Amino acid sequence: MNKLWIIIKREYLTRVMKKSFILFTILTPLLFAVFFGVVGYIMSYKNDVSQKIIVVDSGNLLNKSLKDENNLYFSFSNDDLETTKTNFDSKKYAGILYVPEIKEIQSKKHTIYFYADERLGLESTSIVENKIEDKIRDYKIEKLQLDKKQLESLDTKVALEPESIHPKDGKSEATSMTDKVGAGLGTFLGILLYMTILLYGSNVMRSVMEEKTNRVVEVIISSVKPTQLMLGKVIGVGMVGLTQFIIWGILMFVIQLAVQAFFGIDLQQYRQPNMATNVDPELMSSTMQQMVDEIFKINWWFVIPMFIFYFLSGYLLYASLFAAVGSAIGDDIGESQSLSMPLTIPIIMAFYIMFVSIRVPNSQLAVWSSIFPLFAPIVMPARLAFNPPMWQIILSVVVMIASTYFFVWLAGRIFRVGILMYGKKVTLRELGKWMFYKD
Amino acid sequence: MPILSLNKVTKSYQSKLAVNEVTFDMPEGTIFGMLGPNGAGKTSLIRIITTITKADSGSVFFDGSPINSKSAEKIGYMPEERGLYKKMKVGEQLIYLAQLRGMTDKEAKNAVKYWFEKFDIADWNNKKVEELSKGMSQKVQFIATVLHNPKLLILDEPFSGLDPVNANLIKDEIYELQQKGTSIIFSTHRMEQVEEICDNIVLINQGQNVLEGGVKEVKEQYKEHVFEIGYNGAISSTVLENITVVKHQDQKLLVKLEDAKNPNQILSHLINNGVQLHSFQEILPTLNDIFIKVVTNPNV
Repeated sequence: MNKLWIIIKREYLTRVMKKSFILFTILTPLLFAVFFGVVGYIMSYKNDVSQKIIVVDSGNLLNKSLKDENNLYFSFSNDDLETTKTNFDSKKYAGILYVPEIKEIQSKKHTIYFYADERLGLESTSIVENKIEDKIRDYKIEKLQLDKKQLESLDTKVALEPESIHPKDGKSEATSMTDKVGAGLGTFLGILLYMTILLYGSNVMRSVMEEKTNRVVEVIISSVKPTQLMLGKVIGVGMVGLTQFIIWGILMFVIQLAVQAFFGIDLQQYRQPNMATNVDPELMSSTMQQMVDEIFKINWWFVIPMFIFYFLSGYLLYASLFAAVGSAIGDDIGESQSLSMPLTIPIIMAFYIMFVSIRVPNSQLAVWSSIFPLFAPIVMPARLAFNPPMWQIILSVVVMIASTYFFVWLAGRIFRVGILMYGKKVTLRELGKWMFYKD
Repeated sequence: MPILSLNKVTKSYQSKLAVNEVTFDMPEGTIFGMLGPNGAGKTSLIRIITTITKADSGSVFFDGSPINSKSAEKIGYMPEERGLYKKMKVGEQLIYLAQLRGMTDKEAKNAVKYWFEKFDIADWNNKKVEELSKGMSQKVQFIATVLHNPKLLILDEPFSGLDPVNANLIKDEIYELQQKGTSIIFSTHRMEQVEEICDNIVLINQGQNVLEGGVKEVKEQYKEHVFEIGYNGAISSTVLENITVVKHQDQKLLVKLEDAKNPNQILSHLINNGVQLHSFQEILPTLNDIFIKVVTNPNV
């Protein structure tokens, strides 16, 4: 036990004290912030060349008005298309937008034309199309003598509110928002676990490979048991991961506070820029309020311990297997990929199943995947916010504990043979045989 | 009481028999040579002694009791293929390895200090192993092996890759440790080193010990009664008619006698024939000769 602790300490300290770790840990959130800032700026980049466009509206569909937008400036011509073309001053105008008259009012398609030397570009094209669509809609409403108010009342927003048949006292009811918040939380937890297992699992693998190639392992295991060495490494690296997450959590919080304090900007606004422009602010803030309410409604006393449980057991299970694979290979990176494949495939599969589980949390796939030990660590946390039945949780936890124990033991069996084996190309079948070797 | 006692130790890996009923005693406080060609089973045997693996059958006694994981703390093992953590600082690394062998933090620090002063390398403390030269890191490796004052030291090819100066330094340390009562197993296939350093040897071939005993006794046992005779003047060929001459060159005569024959007989024979003798000496076989002989003809 004591020696295990010595190994954990070394594995942890040598990583955490490295300059690259400190830089990576501190810079990553900053880089992310800068990255999203730059990407956001690039993505929201608008047309920066002002283009004047002459509109020939032969059917008078537009009622002589078209609002300028996105550096597109519209002016109407009183002449017909041919005259406008002959008088066209290409230095002053970018092109001629020709809107023919509507012959058949029932027609669902109407083609308009843009005459120019240069094309408009995707964004401007769709802006123009949308503008004209709206105008034609108004035109048709008028021509068909429809009541605009009645028309608007045709659109109804439906929200499905879940209600339990036997409501429990004192427990706040779930609303349609609960599922959305649950889905968000589930996705977040699932991705976090997925990243941890892949990132730190392969870190464990590489570190074992390095020790084996260095031949330092032979000295070490003359003083400690191979299983101790393996567990020490797995736990040490896991603690490095936790440290990193905690630092990131704190940094994100601090950065957000700092940005708010210095610029007076609420970052929440920027989270969903599309919604903010289309939805009226009152509705928006009430939605925000509702979300915050829902976040408090989630049973954190249940979700957090469960998440930690799946985090630890999932990490322990996979990292041990990664250690076993690392022990079987030397410094051959190509070989490591082919042997770690059977480990990465279930992780990636679990990742996709997680998304299905959020969409249909009670489907057969979701239920059985959250019990199957290789998928459960990623799938089950995603379902937790949807209050899955108790028997599933208990079964999943029991299966998880048993299989973590089993896989760590199994990995230890492979590890103890692997780290002393040199100059032999290892196949999966070989790994299987090692489990049954005697000491 | 022997420090190490092996009795019919057998170990097989799948179909291959790596160690086959090896039996020997290692007297305490001696330097014990474990010899054998590559692949003879030396490393397998060492791994059993260092508790890295277990024997399939047979028993190993260390310091009077069967070996267990605790006895590993009293053993220092330097494998042939050496390694240290490249990115770790020398001082930290040594303390870490000493702690794994059961020393407290304080004991480990004191021991590191002692060896740093002894080798005059205190300024290496904060260097990373990757910054050291090969010879330097070999020294660090040696310190790592002896840091925890092991009762039994197992050195697998300790001089490979060392320049003569550093090799001598390590050799002196080995002698000094022996003086202090440490028992040392010295595994190698370099015979001249064994003859120089070891008191006792065991020769392993194809998993079995084929030869065991003190270096002198083994040489006596395998001697072929070859004598070197130095003389002045000349010897006529008739004088040598009934003598088995191995080599005759530069007024030196190498002769082989029948087992029982007294060397005095040949001396008096030569003297009676008027040969001017000035030296007479028995030539014992080198361990190298014995090694090759035993390994190539297992039936001898």
